[in-house]
Amino acid sequence: MAGITLSNVRKTYAGGVAAVKGVSIDIEDGEFIVLVGPSGCGKSTLLRMVAGLEAITEGEISIGDRVVNKIEPADRDIAMVFQNYALYPHMTVYNNLAYGLKNRGIKKEEIDRRVREAARILEIADYLDRKPRALSGGQRQRVAMGRAIVREPKAFLFDEPLSNLDAKLRVQMRIEIKKLQKALGTTSLYVTHDQLEAMTLADRLVVLNGGQVEQIGTPIDVYENPASTFVASFIGSPAMNLMEIERDNAQWHLSRGDGLSLKSELEERSAILGLRPEDLHIVEDETQLEDPLVLSLIVSAVEPVGAESYVHATLGEQGQEVIVRAPGKQHFEVGSVLKVAAKREKLHFFSSETGKALTSTGKLQPA
Amino acid sequence: MKRVQFADPLMPYMLLLPQLLIVGIFFIWPAAEAVRSSFYLEDPFGFGSTFVGFDNFTDALTSSDYASTARFTLVFTALTTFFSLSIALLLAVKADSVIRGASTYRTLLMWVYAIAPPVAGLIGVMLFDQHIGPLKEFAGLLGWDMQIGVNYFDTAFCMIVIAVWKQVPINFIFFLSGLQSVPKSIQEAAAIDCRSGARRFWTVTFPLLAPTGFFLLIINITYALFETFGIIDLVLKGEPGNNPITLVYKVFLDGFRGNDLGGSSAQSVILMLLVFVLTIVQFRLIERRVHYN
Ligand SMILES: Nc1ncnc2c1ncn2[C@@H]1O[C@H](COP(=O)(O)OP(=O)(O)O)[C@@H](O)[C@H]1O
Ligand SMILES: [Mg+2]
Repeated sequence: MAGITLSNVRKTYAGGVAAVKGVSIDIEDGEFIVLVGPSGCGKSTLLRMVAGLEAITEGEISIGDRVVNKIEPADRDIAMVFQNYALYPHMTVYNNLAYGLKNRGIKKEEIDRRVREAARILEIADYLDRKPRALSGGQRQRVAMGRAIVREPKAFLFDEPLSNLDAKLRVQMRIEIKKLQKALGTTSLYVTHDQLEAMTLADRLVVLNGGQVEQIGTPIDVYENPASTFVASFIGSPAMNLMEIERDNAQWHLSRGDGLSLKSELEERSAILGLRPEDLHIVEDETQLEDPLVLSLIVSAVEPVGAESYVHATLGEQGQEVIVRAPGKQHFEVGSVLKVAAKREKLHFFSSETGKALTSTGKLQPA
Repeated sequence: MKRVQFADPLMPYMLLLPQLLIVGIFFIWPAAEAVRSSFYLEDPFGFGSTFVGFDNFTDALTSSDYASTARFTLVFTALTTFFSLSIALLLAVKADSVIRGASTYRTLLMWVYAIAPPVAGLIGVMLFDQHIGPLKEFAGLLGWDMQIGVNYFDTAFCMIVIAVWKQVPINFIFFLSGLQSVPKSIQEAAAIDCRSGARRFWTVTFPLLAPTGFFLLIINITYALFETFGIIDLVLKGEPGNNPITLVYKVFLDGFRGNDLGGSSAQSVILMLLVFVLTIVQFRLIERRVHYN
């Protein structure tokens, strides 16, 4: 097993598409890293460069102590799970698992032992003689996993391995992958566009946007201290509420419309205020309030999802939308006025020019 | 598929009628006629015919002439099929690695197929021309004095080369599209699982091409057996002499040159049975076609 180091990795496709624009990540041995970002942000390209399926335009990738830029995929000692599983259709499940081992000259008995062990762990032992087309989507997914684990590689690479499964199976496999990775302790690099999948699987998240790293951190850290408005709106569902605000002496107001009351000692003239839906709590009597922020909202729609409800409301007359997460039992009347407040430590501020967090730079702290 | 309901129940039959007429007049009727006359001994001057039962068949099958033609046909078919398939596969693999996805090349490479068989045959014959043929000249440089139309082996060699030359492009197109339909991710999974490119080809790519290969095998056998008539005729310039000929060419010779309509019909009935068997095999294979997903 080994760590993986990417230093200043770039990829420009023939035709000039710059898919990855200088990415550096240090992955520790045994770590589960999830690359997350919207479709087209360069996640697969990055993963495929680690696998050796795509040439590295610039920069360096090491697996363990070895720079692998010029090394063939088969010699990198990695295993990959593909989105469409990429099973060999003409081989039985057994041979799908054994193929990579046979080509490495491993003894028959050892191959058999490893294949049966993997099949047992993944509960596919009954299907070893079947061809992939006689398997369900979930079973194929397990075979693809099996093909990776029998190899006992230095690292696992996953490219959206669960996106072809139905929602229920996806959750189940997510948990199994996590357990399996912890049990084997194999360094893993996992690509997904699903922020929930990313949050639940990752030891550390790498949020990518337009071929660049927006933020690296543990899921909780990224959630609680998003480094930019991009991360703030991408991680978390429903997304963080973002609103442009301007300062008038010590009093802040919305750039457009009203309904905001905020006291803060930010030095900026303008900023973007971020509020997680669950950090907004409903207030009955605002005169008693210690909180620095109060919003008066007009309820426009309610989405009850059982344990909780997402209350969609507009700020003042101008109609900027805010989502509030409220307990499921509470009732809301569409059109009614709703006052919500947030504690000082729950406020996020971002630069209105760059979108970068103002708090995490340490330059400015809300009072 | 969508079911269309016609107001007039006769309508579909009316629409099919022209096609049915063509099939009837040009295929069924001559075939039936051939079967009928294969049981008769036709008077060479056209004065009536005598029913002779299976005599025409036994005569054909026991004659040494027929046996040697059948032997040559077998060799010719086997070699033509083998070389046109393997050359096409080799070219397709090379092309695939260069042009994954670019369809303009494919169309360009198809041009040879667009040439009508007699023209392709003519060009092929020119390659072997006694005076100006570049291939004949090349063979001469190597010390091989080709005597096409005179020497049995040289003539056979020439026929096979031309037949292969004409069939490679169509095989190439099929192999290339077969290769391009092998999912990229499977190739990539194999690249991770296996270092050797040659081994990857034989263990992953080639088996996935098998359905295309089987299909082409049948097509090529049919081609070599039946559709090389024009090529053979051009090479022989209508004068078979002691040169090698295929069974189909022999049907023509015996029937139209030898005026033995009964014997020639019996031979074509035998060939019809062969086509029938090949067709059944082909349908069986298509039914069992491997699906990639
Ligand atoms: N083979 C390729 N040739 C040219 N451009 C490509 C190729 N593969 C991907 N791209 C482009 O690179 C960018 C990143 O793609 P990709 O890494 O697949 O994104 P993701 O996996 O995050 O959805 C996209 O703009 C995509 O169009
Ligand atoms: Mg992708």
